[in-house]
Amino acid sequence: MEWLNIILQGVLVGGLYAMFAAGLSLIFGVMRLVNIAHGDLIVLAAYVALVATDALGVNPLLSLVVVVPVMAALGYALQWLVLNRTLGDDLLPPLLVTFGLSVIIQNGLLELFTADSRKLQAGAIETASLHLGGGLAVGTLPLLQFVVAVAVIAALQALFYRTALGRAFRATSDDQSVAQLMGLDNRHVFALAMALSLAVVAIAGVFLAVRANFDPSIGPARLIFGFEAVIMGGLGSLWGTLAGGIILGVAQAIGAQLDPGWQLLAGHIAFLIVLALRPEGLFPKVQG
Amino acid sequence: MPDPLLEVRALDAGYGDFQALFGVSLAVAAGQVVAVIGANGAGKSTLLKSIAGVMPSRRDAVRFDGEPVGDLPAHRRVARGIALVPEGRRLFPSLSVEENLKIGGQLGRPGPWALARIYELFPVLAERRSQPATSLSGGQQQMVAIGRALMSNPKLLLCDEISLGLAPIVVREIYARLPAIVAEGLSLVIVEQDIVQALAAASQVYCLQEGRVALEGAAGALTREAIAAAYFGV
Repeated sequence: MEWLNIILQGVLVGGLYAMFAAGLSLIFGVMRLVNIAHGDLIVLAAYVALVATDALGVNPLLSLVVVVPVMAALGYALQWLVLNRTLGDDLLPPLLVTFGLSVIIQNGLLELFTADSRKLQAGAIETASLHLGGGLAVGTLPLLQFVVAVAVIAALQALFYRTALGRAFRATSDDQSVAQLMGLDNRHVFALAMALSLAVVAIAGVFLAVRANFDPSIGPARLIFGFEAVIMGGLGSLWGTLAGGIILGVAQAIGAQLDPGWQLLAGHIAFLIVLALRPEGLFPKVQG
Repeated sequence: MPDPLLEVRALDAGYGDFQALFGVSLAVAAGQVVAVIGANGAGKSTLLKSIAGVMPSRRDAVRFDGEPVGDLPAHRRVARGIALVPEGRRLFPSLSVEENLKIGGQLGRPGPWALARIYELFPVLAERRSQPATSLSGGQQQMVAIGRALMSNPKLLLCDEISLGLAPIVVREIYARLPAIVAEGLSLVIVEQDIVQALAAASQVYCLQEGRVALEGAAGALTREAIAAAYFGV
């Protein structure tokens, strides 16, 4: 029963990892851009939430109403002003620029907020839990986080396959130059994709900040979790990122139970095992 | 002649150091069908790409509807009413047949062409509407490509080698639909290697040779010898 409980907790954390991964996967899917600053943008969102909760005096979960549009607007501007200029046949410029962005965000946050660990206080919901009987219990917050993750991925899936915007994303991903013949301005399409990615990042950042301590330096580790979930799930598959996130979360939970020092290692080992057995991921979608 | 819908004036175009077009001029009146013929590498596709905005050119080298559009990007020329059926069809493989058509109409330009009209023109597409576009036969894919371009309700439709790689019977079937398309009042520029097909469909013909206009005239007035001479440069 104890193990069942541990696996259950791992699954719920997996939802958070899936949200890290979904934004990363979306950007790569639409414009083949690997966003090295993704983890730092998650941390930035956490700080934006910190400022918003302090200024407005609201619950961090409620601050999403502000943080999501702020991050989405930032994403649009970032893509339009900076990243669009790096896109082309060469994959290296966007990598270098987002790497530089990662350094800038980390140091900017360090300058503004110091290296102190911070945490958002969500109140009673943090300690509330649901008893499932038989000694099993799940925290309300982790459960909410998981439900939100599933909802986010379902919403992205619906947006991609059922709306005109999703059609534009897929068409631009298929063939940029013909997409322009359809009247699509690919700079605008890319900026919308980045805005959407950072809206998801905002949600992930707030849950990260409520769940545990954060400081300006933790971004790159979140990036690794996101990458691992994307690769395990299979490139371009949104539901795959959820599966990848859950595998990572469960592996970390089991590792931590065996020895607290093994938490991260167990996640990486699970990743390597999946990579060795299915290099294309569990639910691959992108060809070429 | 009233102001032409499309006017190309002394257009130069090329790829890097390679110049593909040298001072090409051409005019298309409203409702007219113009054929551009020529051998491989004569610059036919480059001409269409320059008109559609896939390749940039001098601002006043391309005039459409009385305004210079030569420096506009492709997506803004579509909004003005120029649509291109690209060589090799270039359908979106991640999209179904219907989604390919819908994305052609995503700008919402008003006009006669909508999904129902496209399915009326090419009934076979209606049966396959939810299949991935690239699972269709070559001829059906070409119909999707033409339908996709029509969905933007263009004033000018540019067709790049729509017979390429298709069986003669399929080519005839597709060409048989062109009059119905022109009947809606749009102008058509067809680039073809199939000269017989092009001459039959067009009223005006331009023959390109090594990036220059070697011959132009009314389709009926050109002799076989003149075309052969312009085509091969002998």
